[in-house]
Amino acid sequence: MTNRRMYFKMIASSILRRKSRVTVALLAVALGAAVLLGLSAISRDIPRQMGREFRNYGANMVFAPAGDNAKLEIRDANRAAAAIPADSLIGMTPYRYETARINMQGYDIVGVDFARARKTSPFWRVDGKYPEAENEILLGADIADFTQLAPGAEMSMTGRAGDGSRYRGDMKVSGIVRTGGVEDGFIFLRLDDLERLAGNPGTADIVELSVAAGTDELNALVSRIGGDASGITPKLVRRVTQSETTALSKLRSLILLVSAVVLALTMICVATTMMTVVMERRKEIGLKKALGADNGGISMEFIGEGVLLGAAGGALGSVLGYFMSEAVSVNVFGRSIAMPWYFPALAVLASVAVTAVACLPPVRRATQVEPALVLRGE
Amino acid sequence: MDILKLANVSKIYGSVKALYEANMSVAGGEWLAIMGPSGSGKTTMMNIIGCMDRPTSGSVLLDGTDVSGLSAPELTHIRRDKIGLIFQQFHLISYLTAVENVMVAQYYHSMTDEGEALRALARVGLEDRAGHLPRQLSGGEQQRVCIARALINYPKLILADEPTGNLDETNEGIVIDIFRRLHGEGSSIIVVTHDPEVAEVTDRTVFLEHGRIAKTVSNR
Ligand SMILES: Nc1ncnc2c1ncn2[C@@H]1O[C@H](COP(=O)(O)OP(=O)(O)OP(=O)(O)O)[C@@H](O)[C@H]1O
Ligand SMILES: [Mg+2]
Repeated sequence: MTNRRMYFKMIASSILRRKSRVTVALLAVALGAAVLLGLSAISRDIPRQMGREFRNYGANMVFAPAGDNAKLEIRDANRAAAAIPADSLIGMTPYRYETARINMQGYDIVGVDFARARKTSPFWRVDGKYPEAENEILLGADIADFTQLAPGAEMSMTGRAGDGSRYRGDMKVSGIVRTGGVEDGFIFLRLDDLERLAGNPGTADIVELSVAAGTDELNALVSRIGGDASGITPKLVRRVTQSETTALSKLRSLILLVSAVVLALTMICVATTMMTVVMERRKEIGLKKALGADNGGISMEFIGEGVLLGAAGGALGSVLGYFMSEAVSVNVFGRSIAMPWYFPALAVLASVAVTAVACLPPVRRATQVEPALVLRGE
Repeated sequence: MDILKLANVSKIYGSVKALYEANMSVAGGEWLAIMGPSGSGKTTMMNIIGCMDRPTSGSVLLDGTDVSGLSAPELTHIRRDKIGLIFQQFHLISYLTAVENVMVAQYYHSMTDEGEALRALARVGLEDRAGHLPRQLSGGEQQRVCIARALINYPKLILADEPTGNLDETNEGIVIDIFRRLHGEGSSIIVVTHDPEVAEVTDRTVFLEHGRIAKTVSNR
């Protein structure tokens, strides 16, 4: 009992009364722990932070009609979407495709709720403005180029309604949409208008969803929703989810690489400091051996000092690391970091383990010191 | 019974015969001085007697045990039980206080006991300096802490390699007085010294030359 106290007294005094010697190692451990904690917290938080950023690239999930059905019921889509947590569902937009004629020319027309489309397809660039009033339309850029129609132009559009009757609407161009994709070849109008003209309200060809979630979560959602005989078939937009996954894994490998380098540097710094400490203290080690210390005792003292150093450095580093990751998170993502309580605890444990391992070569060196050297006036 | 008996003990470093065919006995309670010019093998002999080194050949009987062929861990064991060491350079641990330095010897021997360590400091007249670090003590005081540390585990044999080599005359006197008292109490002491005045107060002086025992002179 008193011997244990003596042990702690020795290793604590050795650190506290030789501050200048151990400061470098302590700072190395603290910085290492800070960078590791910061990076792993950011790395863990990135999918959450980037999830919303990524949603600027558009929908990552679609609901298609189930089986061989040509159309789906919007009611079914709404019911299926209830399975998605409300705070990760950024947007959900049904699209209804029909064909119509303008000046004897056939076009694909799309009925959509523009307020919703702006959430699932925030990348659309519109000259003029989105349709707001009745019978306003948005022309795809290719069609606008071909027909030379500009915002403000009026024309009449004819088509065949669901019950076989013909309809006719006097339409007005409110804007031109340009995406560089298939949208440039469509004419968009408000879903309300399309339903009034062509009938069959409450149906759609496809529903686009923008969900802030990682690939695993998305896959889980798809299999859960798809399991119900719900009238819709959920699918992931692979092109989008895949590039998100790739971007995330690249970011993570980068963070992993930096962490490994930091870890190695910390270890080297601690090992060299401890090596110097051992060299400086050869006389002291010789003396302790002369007084009867065995190799195990000497090793335990240096490892004890290392562990103490690791714990102190790790604790200091955790505080630094928290503020570092918070600063990065706020500056880069504009959002506070979410750090679980056990992360700093792990950082301290890791620092202790790293310093203990880094102490092993110096400790080996220490046990090789001969007691005879204390009598020799080296 | 002899506390120590060297029989044909040699220590050879390459071509250097640091100690050669030494034969010597020390009786229990005897105070012995070892003298000789620099490089004559005094420290080499002390290292072998103190179980910190092994002889190249010959046998070393320490308190009835032949230690000449023991392994390093076995030597460590014997050393901490039987030997008290006092050094010319004191070798106190710089970051521990006087009493803690004494307790270190208890710690490696068996159990720390602060009360006993304080009493040991009192015996060398340092009870009021127990909480001071070595750098806050004079050379003489540091040497007295070193002596207290050497005595704390009741060693069979006290080895002192030039204990007064770094001290002024006053402190040399104090240290010699402590040795005289220990001798009076029955301790066996071997002291290496360059100082004939120190050798004079011992029972017997052994002279080394070129690693050999040149002569032995009784001081009584
Ligand atoms: N480890 C070693 N390797 C080689 N030679 C050594 C070693 N240790 C001691 N010697 C040699 O052995 C001889 C005796 O050395 P030792 O230290 O015993 O002398 P000493 O009598 O204590 O001298 P001093 O009075 O200067 O302390 C010296 O010539 C020394 O150079
Ligand atoms: Mg010497």
